[in-house]
Amino acid sequence: MGGWAIAVHGGAGVDPNLPAERQEEAKHLLTRCLNIGISALRSSLPAIDVVELVVRELESDPLFNSGRGSALTANGTVEMEASIMDGDGRRCGAVSGISTVKNPISLARLVMDKSPHSYLAFSGAEEFAKQQGVEMVDNDYFITEDNVGMLKLAKEANTILYDYRIPITGLESCAASVESPIHMNGLPISVYAPETVGCVVVDGQGRCAAATSTGGLMNKMTGRIGDSPLIGAGTYAGELCGVSCTGEGEAIIRGTLARDVAAVMEYKELGLQDAVDYVIKKRLDKGFAGLIAVSNKGEVAYGFNCNGMFRGCATEDGFMEVGIWE
Amino acid sequence: MGWGVALHGGAGDIPRDLLPELCQLREACLQRCLNIAIDGISAHKSPLDVVELVVCDCLLIHILKSNVCPLYFTCSDPRFKGSCPQSEASGFHVLLPVVLTNNGTVEMEACIMDGSTKNRGAVSGLTTVVNAVSLTRLVMEKTAHIYLAFDGAEAFAREQGVETVDSSHFITPHNIERLKQAKAAHSVQVDYTQPLPIVDEPQVPNGDSQIGTVGCVAVDSSGNLAAATSTAGLVNKMVGRIGDTPLVGAGTYANKFCAVSCTGKGETILRATVARDVAALIEYKGLTLKEATDFVIKESTPKGTTGLIAVSAAREVVTPFNTTGMFRACATQDGKKEIGIW
Repeated sequence: MGGWAIAVHGGAGVDPNLPAERQEEAKHLLTRCLNIGISALRSSLPAIDVVELVVRELESDPLFNSGRGSALTANGTVEMEASIMDGDGRRCGAVSGISTVKNPISLARLVMDKSPHSYLAFSGAEEFAKQQGVEMVDNDYFITEDNVGMLKLAKEANTILYDYRIPITGLESCAASVESPIHMNGLPISVYAPETVGCVVVDGQGRCAAATSTGGLMNKMTGRIGDSPLIGAGTYAGELCGVSCTGEGEAIIRGTLARDVAAVMEYKELGLQDAVDYVIKKRLDKGFAGLIAVSNKGEVAYGFNCNGMFRGCATEDGFMEVGIWE
Repeated sequence: MGWGVALHGGAGDIPRDLLPELCQLREACLQRCLNIAIDGISAHKSPLDVVELVVCDCLLIHILKSNVCPLYFTCSDPRFKGSCPQSEASGFHVLLPVVLTNNGTVEMEACIMDGSTKNRGAVSGLTTVVNAVSLTRLVMEKTAHIYLAFDGAEAFAREQGVETVDSSHFITPHNIERLKQAKAAHSVQVDYTQPLPIVDEPQVPNGDSQIGTVGCVAVDSSGNLAAATSTAGLVNKMVGRIGDTPLVGAGTYANKFCAVSCTGKGETILRATVARDVAALIEYKGLTLKEATDFVIKESTPKGTTGLIAVSAAREVVTPFNTTGMFRACATQDGKKEIGIW
């Protein structure tokens, strides 16, 4: 017990037909990010800095749905969102509607540290980014060919695609044409979760932090905000734990998932794994989601009720694990 | 078990020496909104419909949120005539309750939540939509999403044919004056400033939002709960700033245990996930509504930052606040009725 712990995720709800190379690529990326976090923790970097560092790395890699490689809106553009929370003092920062800032999670950090507010969005956030001198790029930087293809498929199927990474050649196994699609707010949606990324950390001093970043849903309406930037839903960190969620935004928001993990720990006095299990089992109703969490005691846990979640975790006593399936 | 309703027009450092005529006006408006709520819920309208109606209507009656003599400015829009007979009879005119960003523009946000299904809708960054909360209802019922903002939300509003006005409608001499004062004080506040005469701006810790939000919660005789909140946020806020109001779990929340709507310093309410915490304390710790809200108002949030209204499935109705005052009104089917400012 005690000591640092770290977990990362690259999204919950994975295509069971995901090609082996993609699975390997994902595991490599998760491992690499985990190692970056571990080195930082070994050099005593505080939790809040570690989560930002790791999520930046995930954003920069086009593999998952955040930063470069983000899902596209119905207009073919990218609108990213992210949030970060420092359990020490429960300070938080969030951004939405980001289209030219290279690392949305760092902008969220600046909102937390350098603005009088907790959440900035769209043109106001971009303005703030300019003032702060953060690295800006054209919206094209974030758009990958893969995603352009996925958007087309999504439009054809006229659904909001969960997983934009369905291989273009394997249309037969494409969820868009699945027999009984899951419904989200009455519209059909494919089974796969968007590959939002996140990181939670408890450092050697017992401070927890959490960060989440995403491009959102493929083919979403312009202006749509999901769970990732919402403190209490997709991200939360308090004295007892740090949590980052991924999956059906609707379900995560309705279940105020991240906050609930902390709430059952605080008010029902459950331990971390029990809290995670409780929330996944009882708070999701018919929704699909997953989450990663750390506690101030140096524990790490994750849970998901859907088909797989890209994740990795490690603790100071040498435990390390990277996985996709159950 | 009967119904219960509560509504608020913002919490803050409301000066106790507020002009009597203004007190009366505000109380009259609170009374009016309360009557709308009571009429709706007694006529078996769903709590979701009732909270939407009340918040929309409250919005048309600015006085809850304005803290200056309304004679200072007027709105000549004929739609608002007849909305508040008392105010017109005394020569006051109805105004639109919006405050300005640091660019002199307007950005409104709102959220509605249905406790029985936990469905919800939220909007942010609206500049021309008259009834933000009605748009949230449409987001909830007509889109695959929960939360739309800025250009996307405005585009959706037009698609749905909701009522819009030119954003200049919301920019009144009063609002411009308040913005000027806030900028002069380098503060981001919706504080209780009397422009005529200029008095010391009550300094709020960190200079953050106090007044400027309207909300309603309701429970019907079957135990269905709903909550809705609407706001323009903080005077002199940064363009693009989103507060607690549209964030489920922070400023607005409803489930089968209770319905909550908050007002006050947005950033505080967000970090303390106030609305969700009230419900969580009831659900996980078995507290009553009163115990849960007392805890949140007294322990989880610093003094001078937060107020809330809440109703529970057990038909409790509470309106606690840790600020100087909160414009509020509540009623239950068994005859309890209360209107208050301090």
